[in-house]
Amino acid sequence: MNGFTAILRRDLQLAMRQGADSVMVVAFFIVTTTLFPFGVGPEANILARIASGVIWVSALLAAMLSLERVFQTDYEDGTLELLTLSPVSLEIVVLGKVVAHWLTTGLPLIVAAPLMAVMLNMDTDGFVVLMIAMLLGTPALSLIGAIGAALILGARRGGVLVSLLVLPLYIPILIFGAGAVEAALLGMSATAQLQIMGAILLLALAATPFATAHALRQAME
Amino acid sequence: MHRFAKPSVFLKLTAPILPWLAGATAMLIAAGLYFALFASPIDYQQGDTVRIMYLHVPSAWMGLFCYVGMAICGAMSLIWKHPLADICARATAPIGATFTALCLITGSLWGEPMWGTWWVWDARLTSMLILLFLYLGYIALVNAFDDPDRGSKAGSALALVGAVNVPIVKFSVDWWNTLHQPASIVRMDGPAVDPSMQLPLALMILGFTGYYFVVLILRVRLELNERRIRALHLSGMFDDTAQDAEPYDPGHNAEASQ
Repeated sequence: MNGFTAILRRDLQLAMRQGADSVMVVAFFIVTTTLFPFGVGPEANILARIASGVIWVSALLAAMLSLERVFQTDYEDGTLELLTLSPVSLEIVVLGKVVAHWLTTGLPLIVAAPLMAVMLNMDTDGFVVLMIAMLLGTPALSLIGAIGAALILGARRGGVLVSLLVLPLYIPILIFGAGAVEAALLGMSATAQLQIMGAILLLALAATPFATAHALRQAME
Repeated sequence: MHRFAKPSVFLKLTAPILPWLAGATAMLIAAGLYFALFASPIDYQQGDTVRIMYLHVPSAWMGLFCYVGMAICGAMSLIWKHPLADICARATAPIGATFTALCLITGSLWGEPMWGTWWVWDARLTSMLILLFLYLGYIALVNAFDDPDRGSKAGSALALVGAVNVPIVKFSVDWWNTLHQPASIVRMDGPAVDPSMQLPLALMILGFTGYYFVVLILRVRLELNERRIRALHLSGMFDDTAQDAEPYDPGHNAEASQ
């Protein structure tokens, strides 16, 4: 547990001092969402209809773009090598880094999402469900994305590659995340979708740290 | 099983099998095509478009079959570190990707006259499209590293993670209420396809599976021979004979041997 908190504190401190990272993710999210009204036209009812999907897709892209820095800088300056050699198991290290990634990207996105929902004219019935769904979905995005971030270490054109690897795996979260909001907007219960998202999160939490740690060990060989 | 994982054993074993397998595959596909295109009845509703099925269903089967094969090879390469498993996984990916693409294309050609649309965002179609993306991601990842071994290992991990999609493709027609028809061949209460259509379908499925193994063996043999040539070059085996003939021999090697 000590190793976990140490990694978490270190990554958070780095993110704080370099500052701009979280702001950039939120800015990217807002700019991407803003593009849709230009693309499909400003009619309020059309925007309200597509709002949940647009917010989820933008959040997916924002979370994916920030994946590269989870392991890349540590890989380049050799920190990752020391972490693999440390007595703390690599799975715990991975978990610490993923939690730090979620705190610096997922959480700001959840805060920014209602703002974009208002701007896209989404009905207020969907707001609470949107927040809960994102609370369940964004940690899973960080967990699954970490596998991709670890696999591309040392690859050419890693940034483009990570999108090809990770986005197909993000699709279930997108389906149920947008589905939950959709159900709430139609006045139905979103419990089923939220439960499935919870299941995805638990499964990802249990399984992905091992896959990510395995990929890191390969990168270190 | 580990005995067969030695590249030299594989080369020796497959050399006599290959012509027979290739011949059998050619006959199966020829017979399958004859029955599919000429000797089977037309569907009472679909007319001649039903013949697209004889290409579509085997392609879909091969798309899934190749992915499962790739994931098993990936697991074997991660667990036992067999070099042959790596090569098999790499060699399977393009074949599987092609079959998956073929399945999507034939499906959309059938969908236009039957459903009145080239594409619907139906669970079966969408999950098949994701399968194609997984193949493309695997191929891109495997080729993204300067060290081919590193690429293979990263690819094996990805193939295993992506395997969650296979049951989703298979059961998508049961879990969701979709436009794509549910399973009609592998069912608890026997196939729902007419016997006159089962024969060409079975022949085509067997023929496509045989085709996969023929191409797989060819690709693996090619890769093994390429590696052998590379190893011989590195060990300097060709240096003596290369003095006057080989134009591709690096200059510094020739100097060193003199």
